[in-house]
Amino acid sequence: MISYRGVGVAFALSGLAGLGLAVVYILGGQPQWEGALLMVALGGIGVGLIGWAKQLYGDSEETDQRPVLPSAVEPRVAFATSLERSEEFSRRRGLTGLLAFAAGSLAVAALFPLRSLGPTPGGTLRRTSWRRGSRLVTEGGGEPLRPDSLGRGGIVTVFPEGVEADEDAATVVINVDPAQLGEGTNAEWVIDGNIAYSKICTHVGCPVGLYREPEHSLLCPCHQSTFDVLDGARVVFGPAPRPLPQLPLGVDDEGFLIALGDYPQPVGPSFWNRGR
Amino acid sequence: MFLRLLRWFDDRVGGARFGRQALDRIFPDHWSFMLGEVALYCFISLVATGTYLTFFFEPSVREVTYDGSYAPLQGVEMSAAYRSALDISFEHRAGLVMRQMHHWSALVFLASMTVHLGRVFFTGAYRRPRELNWLIGVTLLVSSIANGFLGYSLLDDLLSGTGLRVAYAITLSIPLLGPDLAFGLFGGEFPAESIIPRFYTLHVLILPAVIAVLLGAHLALVWRQKHTQFPGPGRTEDNIVGSRLWPAYAAKSAGLFFIVLAVLAGLGGLAQINPIWVYGPFRSGLAVTAVSSASQPDWYMGWLDGALRLWPGWEPTVGGYSVPNPFLPAVVLPGLFFTLLYLWPFLEARFTRDRRPHNLLDRARDAPTRAGIGAAVVAVYGVLFLAGSNDVTAGALNIAPERLTTLYRVLVFVAPAVAFGLTRRICRELGRRPVRPVAGMPTHTIVRTATGGYETVPDPESASAASSSSSGGEL
Repeated sequence: MISYRGVGVAFALSGLAGLGLAVVYILGGQPQWEGALLMVALGGIGVGLIGWAKQLYGDSEETDQRPVLPSAVEPRVAFATSLERSEEFSRRRGLTGLLAFAAGSLAVAALFPLRSLGPTPGGTLRRTSWRRGSRLVTEGGGEPLRPDSLGRGGIVTVFPEGVEADEDAATVVINVDPAQLGEGTNAEWVIDGNIAYSKICTHVGCPVGLYREPEHSLLCPCHQSTFDVLDGARVVFGPAPRPLPQLPLGVDDEGFLIALGDYPQPVGPSFWNRGR
Repeated sequence: MFLRLLRWFDDRVGGARFGRQALDRIFPDHWSFMLGEVALYCFISLVATGTYLTFFFEPSVREVTYDGSYAPLQGVEMSAAYRSALDISFEHRAGLVMRQMHHWSALVFLASMTVHLGRVFFTGAYRRPRELNWLIGVTLLVSSIANGFLGYSLLDDLLSGTGLRVAYAITLSIPLLGPDLAFGLFGGEFPAESIIPRFYTLHVLILPAVIAVLLGAHLALVWRQKHTQFPGPGRTEDNIVGSRLWPAYAAKSAGLFFIVLAVLAGLGGLAQINPIWVYGPFRSGLAVTAVSSASQPDWYMGWLDGALRLWPGWEPTVGGYSVPNPFLPAVVLPGLFFTLLYLWPFLEARFTRDRRPHNLLDRARDAPTRAGIGAAVVAVYGVLFLAGSNDVTAGALNIAPERLTTLYRVLVFVAPAVAFGLTRRICRELGRRPVRPVAGMPTHTIVRTATGGYETVPDPESASAASSSSSGGEL
């Protein structure tokens, strides 16, 4: 319980803080001071008001009757009767039918602009920009990847040359010991230990960015799905339902790494007809 | 002067009788009745700070190069949305306080709504005649969660971009409709350019309007039906005991308004929230395929992120069509939860066969099964919420996140079962305790005197209780 003196102090503090706020603003502003002074300015009024009200009324309580909510029978019936006046409309069967037809087709027509909200998915979910012969470049540009660009245990994120902005095409290339490869990996698509997987997690599409070199596992930082790089990016832990698709790699005449085509399966999170 | 103004107004509009009745209305006092008020005042703070922010925020993915005063990002390519959010934080005076106050208001708004929901649930305040207001309240909660998510997704920083990516994948996972819905909502394959301007319209116009209208209806129904009250001396189903609206209740409520705003301003100025400059831009050359580890959403989305993390990597196929993995934990689970929440008053009325109007609240112990169910839901929510930050917890405890996830997968079933059993048991035992005179009720002992007469002596204990109790009100 705050005394009247306390209430006065609260209001006075609030007023001073308000002035201080103006000064801080004029001097160029400072977030911590602004927040603290605003807190005192507002809080002073709040504390003062509540203290004042408690001084005046304490915890005294008063009692009142609650109203009966439901209406009596008579007004209910009267309301229903008034409402039923509209039956005069429904006597004309043909006209009500036509009105329903007009309203219905208008509603259907009004739905069509929804289609304009976005393009039809079509094949975009199934394709990326990788084509037969696409060279592998990092996002900053520079020389395309060669089979010896990465040291053993190295990892790099690459895109098809010329379409570095296609984020669906994001691919990680990791250099591993080919002798350790498991059955899940398509060994024909591995060039000198360079193995390429889609970087888009098959769970909800986060970039699978963390490589734990000792365990040869790729980890998604969003929901901890973990993929075994040596064994076709098999899921070893977490909610991801499928391995990361493996990109078929080859080498062109000039000795650069290339894709032999697009990913064999759709990359990224699932959609209902992805298997079709 | 004031009376003349009133007369002028009443001559043209009338309504003195209504005004008198309004000022004389009685509102019951209990600290738990403040929670809804706190939510209301947070909403006012959100509208005020949010309006200010719209004057400076640019909802566009137009690519710009940063040349502002935050040195580490100078020369970095980013969207206009992210840059304008940086400018609000660093260039505009008081902009950072406004931005952080807005964010804190959203967090406290949802927190107070959630606790308010718990209060209404455990006290059975949703029972007839207040089922309608329960439905409005749940809709308010859903709209506010959605608007909170949209709000922090607008800034186009790396963290929120990751959240949008997850939202896109969840939409995509809906059988039959998913791809079209996702493309329609986001304007194409992620990360489409229309996301930011579209979500901006939803965030500053559509959803705030929905919330404001529902809030109005929510309060109008409280006004019409009058507030519930806890049982106590002199309180019945047919009366209402508390402070008069004018001026006692109004002064206390206005005081609460200022205190809520004071706390939000203090948080906004002193407690850093969502430091987007640390996360970096989402749409910039390098970051499109980047993500920071320890990506946690705002707290009210945490349980959904936890569900995504705990759900095993199942993806059943039916006749060549798959049921995408996120569909069950991120669409069906919350869908089911909110459907049950909507239906709860009707389910309870059906099972208890109690369809009478109730103006007196239950205490949790008065309805042990309801309390048990509530505790079980809180337990599931808690485990999912913890699971949403399993990487951070694992790092802090120095154990593998895999083991923690396995633990949570077990706990998500065990915790609610234990919570249900324990809570119901405790409530039953509390309910079985002998009834004692309610504190604050003056009691007397009738004593027969030596001469054969009778004398009424006030009980000393109850007298002291009467003076010290009744403090359960307001703040």
